[in-house]
Order: sequence, then structure tokens, then C-alpha cells
Amino acid sequence: MTWTTLLYLLAGVLFILGLRGLGGPRTARRGNLTAAIGMLVAVLVTVFNLIDEPGVAWWIIVVGLIIGGAIGAALALRVQMTAMPQLVAAFNGFGGGASALIAATEILATDGAFATETAVTVALSIAIGVVTFSGSFVAYGKLQGLITGRPVALPGGPWFNAVLAVIAVGLGIWAVAAGEPLAYWLLAGVTFILGITAVMAIGGADMPVVISLLNSFSGVAAAMAGFVIGNQALIIGGALVGAAGLILTVQMSEAMNRSLANVLFAGFGTEGGAAFEAGDRSVNSASPDDVAISLAYAENVMVVPGYGLAVAQAQHAVRDLATALEQRGINVEYAIHPVAGRMPGHMNVLLAEADVPYEQLLDLDHSNPKLPNTDVVLVVGANDVVNPSARDDSGSPIYGMPILEVDKARTAVVLKRSLSPGFAGIDNPLFYEDGTMMLFADAKSGLEDVIAALGQL
Amino acid sequence: MSEMFVQGIVVFVLAAFVGFEVISKVPQTLHTPLMSGANAISGITIVGAIIAAASTDGTASVILALLAVIFATINVIGGFLVTDRMLEMFKPKKKQ
Repeated sequence: MTWTTLLYLLAGVLFILGLRGLGGPRTARRGNLTAAIGMLVAVLVTVFNLIDEPGVAWWIIVVGLIIGGAIGAALALRVQMTAMPQLVAAFNGFGGGASALIAATEILATDGAFATETAVTVALSIAIGVVTFSGSFVAYGKLQGLITGRPVALPGGPWFNAVLAVIAVGLGIWAVAAGEPLAYWLLAGVTFILGITAVMAIGGADMPVVISLLNSFSGVAAAMAGFVIGNQALIIGGALVGAAGLILTVQMSEAMNRSLANVLFAGFGTEGGAAFEAGDRSVNSASPDDVAISLAYAENVMVVPGYGLAVAQAQHAVRDLATALEQRGINVEYAIHPVAGRMPGHMNVLLAEADVPYEQLLDLDHSNPKLPNTDVVLVVGANDVVNPSARDDSGSPIYGMPILEVDKARTAVVLKRSLSPGFAGIDNPLFYEDGTMMLFADAKSGLEDVIAALGQL
Repeated sequence: MSEMFVQGIVVFVLAAFVGFEVISKVPQTLHTPLMSGANAISGITIVGAIIAAASTDGTASVILALLAVIFATINVIGGFLVTDRMLEMFKPKKKQ
């Protein structure tokens, strides 16, 4: 028993070292390996402990490990980088689901008779684990395009989920006070619905916050399951992940200048609140040749990628254009908004896949000072994160959100399929500025046309 | 409250603070791998799933435990593998 605890502690230390390694580009890969070794230690200790126990149902463990390992490996090795947000969402869901199932087996084993403090953690494991499970798979569906990415308004709006949450709390109290298995099962049912309806009400562009929060939840659920079965490895690992996910959640909310509660409950984008009226102002529609010429005579070019880049799988085309420009002695960098794409760091992963060196990827604080000295900024499939209304128009729904100030560059080229507004239904005054050229095309084919035009110069 | 439970609270609170300290300064470039790596660590629940699977009693409990092991293993194996795949792509500028 002593050795078990010490080896679990070793696993916990390896998790901490691994997470620290994941914080730096040069140490990240080793960090991930360190954490994986920690996991292997924890699993091996657990298995060795069971060897002397009589009547262990080994077949469940072996079959589960083989099936789960095969599915996990297949998903991880086949996924396209553009589909990373939905895969992480799915993995969060499986983790949360597993924690809830552990608590459920304990309820079956004891028929609901727990000490009060343990009963509280059983209820929490069930509630948080199940919400993570159903919520993550709705997020998966939204990101995969299986269900609409728009927020789905519920009858009664945010009150619907508030009522479900109150019912869940009531069932939790009943379960703890009465030791009644039925109360736990009802709790699982209500939280299952709550996970679905809560995430349905949130729009696609708010997914970076949602996935971070579900990530945090999957950790907390694991920690609660650790209390249920009295296992410190789960408590350490779960608490670490709970904290890490919470930090990212807060950072993502700040990047949109909204509170977490606003993201979760406001149903952003369901009400039409566009203050800016384009009126009869016209846009400056440009051809690939026009764009190629302005790029060819630039000294400094900044690329601003957005979700449209991921949808069009245009990361390699962007890189090819940057290479062509660099061969002409033009300096190319990338300005990346914290909530560009559908999960934190989504654009960075895509550009890394296309072999863009990470030193060229600038965050918000480092790109904005450079934009006034930028000759051409190329906005590829981004919209709300470059909308000057967020800075200038106090009536705009996104007012106060930090933006990339691309309107301060000499020329802004916006590569976009149409003038249609972003997810929030907010028109973008940038498109109507004199210094803005609109290139209406799919991100990938548009970039390829520009590269071809550049070759003709 | 049992001694073990109190110890669990101590461990939980300290680990959460360590998590905050270790994570708070991660550059944006690494947010996705950090999240998927952290996600894989939350798969530590695999240990709980194995323990639950070891002492099942009855069909319902077998099904729940088997699902728990499968789910947790997907989370662990998939999470670490996909994180490694992503990080393999992050390269510094080649020296010219």
C-alpha cells in the first residue's frame, strides 16, 4: 500500500513535469512523453496491485484496454489537423464519461450507501462527468458540421438550463441525504440533457471557451472519481487538468471581452444587434492580379488567419504564398488572435502543419504594434477578430473585444467567400474602408490564384 | 469525515495550485497541444476504471466497468498520440 501511494505520487510528479514541458516549444514534445510515462507508471502500479487479489475480472480490463486503445490510436493517427477541435472535444467527452461510469459502478456495488462526504463526490462525479460527456459530443457535432453551428435558442432561453441545473442540485441533495440509487440515476439523466441543451445554445465561434471549459470539467470529474474510490493518482491528475483548463477558459473569455457566464448563457448571435449599417457604401472588389501586385511591392506583409482558413484547408496555400513572397525579399509574419478558429491555438497548429516556423506566429500583443508599419495585411477567412466596430462602436454587440487592428495597415486584403457577416451577424466596416481590397473566393483557390498571378509578374 | 478523505482534499487543493502555477505562462502557439496533453492526463481516470473493473458484480456492473475502461483508454491513448503528432510539426526556423 505504501509503495502504491509513492508510485502514484511519482506519476503525479511526472504529470507536473510534463505539463511544465508542454509550456515551451522546445520542451513540449518531451513534456508530453513525460506525462505519458507518468500514465504508464500509474496503470502498471494499479495492475500489479490487482495480481494478488482473488476473483479479478481480468477479461474486462484486457478487452477494454484493447478496444479503447485501438479506437484511440485510430482516431489520433487519422485525424486531419483542421479537425483537431472536434477530436479534442470527443476525447474530453470520453474522459468525463469514464469518470461518471466509475461512480456508477460504485453506486451499484454499495446500493447507494456511502458516507456523506463520499456521497457528495459520487453525485459530483456523476453530474460533472455526464455533463462533460453529453456536452462534448454536442460540441463535436457542431464542429464536425453534423448539427448547426449557430446557437439554438431554447424555450425560455437561459432559464431552461437554469431550471435543469436547479433540478440537478435538488436530485443531488436527495441522493446524498437518502442514499437512494434512483436519485443518482435521475441525476445522470437530467445532467445528460443539461449538457446537450447548454452547448446547443452556444454558437460555433464561442467554441474555444466551451472546449476549454469541458477540458477543465473532465479533470474535475476525474478528481471527484478519485475521492469516490479513494485514489490519490486520480485526485492529483484531475486537479492539475481542472486548473489548466480553467486558466485557458478564462484567457479565452478575456480575449472576447466577455464573462464566462455571458458566453455560456447569453446565446450570443441569436439576437440581431448589428449597429453598423453599410447603407449604399460600396466595397472595393479586387482580382487576384490586383492582390498580387500590391503584395509584390510590399516590404512587410502580415497574414491574419481565421476559421475560414481551416474550413478551406488553406494552410498549405498560405505557406506557399509566403514562400513566394519571401523569395522576393518580402518579410512575412502571421498575426493570430487568441480566439481565431474553434479552439485555443487552432491556427497555430494548422500553420505548424504547413511548416511555418513558430517564430513567425505573433500573438495579439505583438502584432498590433507592427500593423501600422505593415504594407499589406492579408486577412484569410477571419472576420469578427478584425472588426473595427469592436473598438469604435459602443453599440456593437462585440464592442470591447480586443481586435487585430488591420485597418491601421496601409492596405488590407480580405479574402472571403462573400460579404456575409460573421457568426454574430455583425457587419464589418473594414470591408468598406478605402484601404481595403476584397478578394471574393474560397480561401484555398483564392490564394492559389494569387500565387499564380504573382508568378506572372 | 474520514482521514483519507481529508488527505484527498489536501492533495486536490495543492495539485490545483500547482496546475495554475505551471500553466499560467504558456504561449498561445502551444494552447492546442497543451489542451490535448492535459486532456490525456485527465485520462488518469483509467486507473479508477481498472479498479472498478476488477470487482464487478452482475451484468450491469460489468457493462458499466467495461465502458469505463474503453472510454478512459480512448482518452489516454488518443490524447497522448495526437498531442505528439501535433508537437512533431512545431519546428523552429531552419538555419540558413
